[in-house]
Order: sequence, then structure tokens, then C-alpha cells
Amino acid sequence: MFSFCEDPSTLDTFQWFSCYLTNGVHLLFYQSFLVVFALLAIAAPLSLAFGFLAATASRARIAPLRWIGKGYTAMVRGIPDIVFFLFFVLVLDQGIEYVRHLVTCPDWDEPIRQGANFLVCDAARTPQGTAPQWVHETYNFGLAVFTYALVFGAFCGNVLFGAMNAVPRAQLETAAAYGMSQRQTFWRVLVPQMWIYALPGLSNIWMILIKATPLLFLLGIEDVVYWARELGGSRNSRFAYPHPDWRFWYFLALLVFYLGFTKVSEVVLGRLTRRLSRGQASAAGAAA
Amino acid sequence: MTCLEALQSYAFRSIGFGERALPQGDITICEQVVLIGSGMLWNIYLGTLALLFGFFFAVALAVAKASPRLLIRKPAEWFIFLFRGSPLFIQFFMAYEAFVLLPRIGYEFELFGVAIEAETRWFARAWLGALIVLFCNTSAYAGEIFYGALRSVPRGDLEAADAYGLSGWKKFRRITFPTTMRLAWPAYTNEAIFLFQSTALVFFSSFPAFQQRGDALYYASYFAERTFNPFIPYPIVGVYFILLVLLVIAIFGAINRRLNRHLPQDKRPRLRIRPNLIR
Repeated sequence: MFSFCEDPSTLDTFQWFSCYLTNGVHLLFYQSFLVVFALLAIAAPLSLAFGFLAATASRARIAPLRWIGKGYTAMVRGIPDIVFFLFFVLVLDQGIEYVRHLVTCPDWDEPIRQGANFLVCDAARTPQGTAPQWVHETYNFGLAVFTYALVFGAFCGNVLFGAMNAVPRAQLETAAAYGMSQRQTFWRVLVPQMWIYALPGLSNIWMILIKATPLLFLLGIEDVVYWARELGGSRNSRFAYPHPDWRFWYFLALLVFYLGFTKVSEVVLGRLTRRLSRGQASAAGAAA
Repeated sequence: MTCLEALQSYAFRSIGFGERALPQGDITICEQVVLIGSGMLWNIYLGTLALLFGFFFAVALAVAKASPRLLIRKPAEWFIFLFRGSPLFIQFFMAYEAFVLLPRIGYEFELFGVAIEAETRWFARAWLGALIVLFCNTSAYAGEIFYGALRSVPRGDLEAADAYGLSGWKKFRRITFPTTMRLAWPAYTNEAIFLFQSTALVFFSSFPAFQQRGDALYYASYFAERTFNPFIPYPIVGVYFILLVLLVIAIFGAINRRLNRHLPQDKRPRLRIRPNLIR
């Protein structure tokens, strides 16, 4: 990065650190924070969409649709979290390969489960064995994002369902009295009003989602935790930047990062709550 | 190996009794169920002790956070923010690295006539190190819950206490504390469920399993590796956790009924169970 970094062993402390913290692997470490933000940026809207669909389905007048919505949100109450996270990614991975196997190699006669092994034909391997490294990484990341969205979508579905029920009945009846159809009532009256009731629950889920991002590490993604462990481990003098075990300091940095992130979110969500309370017939709305 | 043999060999394997070697070769369902159940002992141990100690500390934190004195309030606020604002996963990693850095000192003391050699190395073991992290974590979450409940104790109750001439400790002990518990209990039940579920994270927290004495997920991942089939051990863990959660709900429900036994039937708050959130 800097011109004086060519021989780190001769530098004084400040210069040594300015070189150490800007070397190649550290830039990768900083990039891995983008992975966290990318996960949040994709998984949050996606899970909100899943939650919206689930909540709408739970209110549907067609029974099977209602069962699907209810069953999906009931996942929130059922399966323990970590087990689900570990397990579901694997199921998804094998499931995709299995379906592709059935489509691409219909005349395959060997069993797929050979004792301990899960074997599909080469054409069904996802991603292809010959694919470049970044395809593998993106695929794994995609699976992880999908799992997050599915789990947190169930949480959101629960919250949004409650929020839709919390909108005063009189509002919907008034809409009907004005001659609005079901669809119009839903989009013009119910949906705009439900957000303020959903916001406390949704901000809670957002906080939990932030704090769930280190679990990416468990799914084999090279995220912040991975790099903190990798870089913090002691380096002997064969390396350009020898240092003892510094993992504690790396994790401290991650801790501070997450604390700052949750604090900023808290402040922003507080403002949003005040903004959305305006004009509502509640204690907070009347005060504003 | 029959089921009875598996039970004899592995029921207490996780705490160091029974067969030394873990099952190998042909692994039966019985062995998996028994050994994972034996690992659950650790999850129960960690959850129960953290909850028990954490309860008292959480009450202290809540009272401190509600204190008008800045010097008492600020540390409590910071403690709660620190442990609620960061992922438990990172806390585990950090605590482990910090405990490893501790100088290795051992000293002996006598407890109930038994000489015990205590060493700082114990902090780097799951039974103490992970327990401390879980304790701090649940204290912070429960402290926030109790603080909220403490603030919503009805003013009339407190005024009535004043009118009866109660003050200080007596007022807290007889009026404020019982009402706080009554108000906080449904939320605290959810917290207890979260805590038991987050004991599953201990497996990933880099605290090593000493002599292959691990928790439920440790054995589950062992079986998943050995049999190359995750579809049996992980659901077993799931079922065990669901049973554990049902047990917690039963116990906390009984306490909830006892806390509210003076209220008329229709005014008693019901537990609303919302488990399975990650932190």
C-alpha cells in the first residue's frame, strides 16, 4: 500500500501497523464486511416479502392457502434455530441436485444413496465441478441467503399477520361502506396502516438478523468471523508480519462493529417509529 | 449392540462414565439417541445454571438501571447494551480468546472439607467459560425485561405501599418485586427458552470438548461425520430440544400460575410462547 512497506521488519510501531493493516489479506478482511452488508441487503427485503406472502396467505379465504401460510409461520414456533440453519442448507443443496438429477439424467439406474454417499450424475452437480471458484462461493452464499430469508420470513410473517389484525376493524368497515372491493380495501386501507403496528416487531427482527449474521461462518462462507480467526492466529517469523495470537483483538473489533451497527439501527428505527406514528390515533401519534 | 447395552455404555458418556470409545462401524439408531441424549446433559447443565445465577444478577441489573444515581445506573446500562447489542457467537469467541490469554495459575482451597485445586485453565473449558458467557448474556437480556416490568409497576400499588408505611427494602420485597415478577414472567419465559436453545451455540464457540465429552450437537456432528448422513442425528437433536422447551414451558407455566394465584380467573395473564429467535 505504502512505499515504505517493502521490508516490514525495519519499521517502527506506527508504520508497521499502517503497513500491516493495509496488506492484501486485510483488504480481503475489510471486503468481508461487505458480505455481511450484502447478506442483510438481500435477506431483509426477501424475508419481508416472504413474510408478507405468508401473512396474506394466512388471511386468505381459500382453506389450503391459509394452511400453507399458517404452516409456514408455525415454523417459528417449532424447529430450533441452529439445527435448522445447519440442516436446511444441506437439505436444499441435496434437494436441488436431486431434482436436477431427475431432469437431466432420466436413464440413470444406480441408486442415489449408496450407503453413506449421495451420488448424482455429473451433469446434475450444482454448481458444475469445473465451474470457477467464484461460482461455488456465490452459490453457497445464495443458499445461505435463501435460508436466512426463509427463517426470518417466517418471523416476519408472524409479525405482519398480527399487524394486519391490529388495524382497527372500523377502518375496514368504513372502506367497505364506501364501496371499495376486497382488493381495494386491502391495498388502500389495510396495507398502509399496518406498518406502524408491525414496526416494533420488525425492528426486533432486524436486530436479531444483524446478530445472526456471524452464523454465516457456520455455513462455510468466508465472512468476518472466518477472516478474524484466520488473521488473528499467531504468525511466526517466516511471515512478513510476525505477531503472537491476536484473535482476541480481532474479535474485539468485530464486537465493536456489531455494537455500533445495532446502536445506529436503534437510533434510525426510533426515528422511523416517530415518523410513522404521525397522524395515527395512538398516544404517540397524538403527541407528535 | 442392543438398545439396553447402548444405554448402559453411553447414557452418561458426556460426563465421563461408561464406555470410553465412541461408537464406530455400524452405528445403530439407539446409540445415536442415547449418546446425543447424554450430550443434552451439558446443554441442560449450562442452561439451568446460567438461568439460575443470571436471575439474581438480572434483578440487580434491573434495579441498578432504574436507579436515579448516575454512578449505579451507567454501568448497568453499559453492561446490558454490551451483551444485548452484540452477537452471542462473537461473545463466545472473544471470551474464549480472552480466557486463553489468562496466565496459568493454580491454587488450592478447601471446600466443605474437600481439598480442591482451582486453576485458571478452567476458564478455557466449556463448563466454566461458556457458562460465564451464557450467564452474562442471559443476565443482560433478563435485566432489560425486568427493568421494563419494574417501570410498569402500577403507581397505585406503590402509593398504597407508602400509605401502609412500607419503605426501602420492605417495600421492594413485598410490593415492587412480586409485581415486577408477575409482569415480567411471560417475557422471561421466552428468554429462558432462547437461552436453552442458544446452549446449542456452545458447540461452535471454540471451547474444546475435553476427552470427547461434548454437548448434544458435538455428538450429532460426530455421527453426521461418521455415517455421512445428517438426516438422523440432527433431527434427533431437534426433537430433544423441543422436549426440553416443552419442559421449560411446563415449569415456567407452573410458576406463572403461582405468581398470579391471587388474581381472578379471567385476569390471569397467559404465557405467550414465541421461541426460536437467534441472537
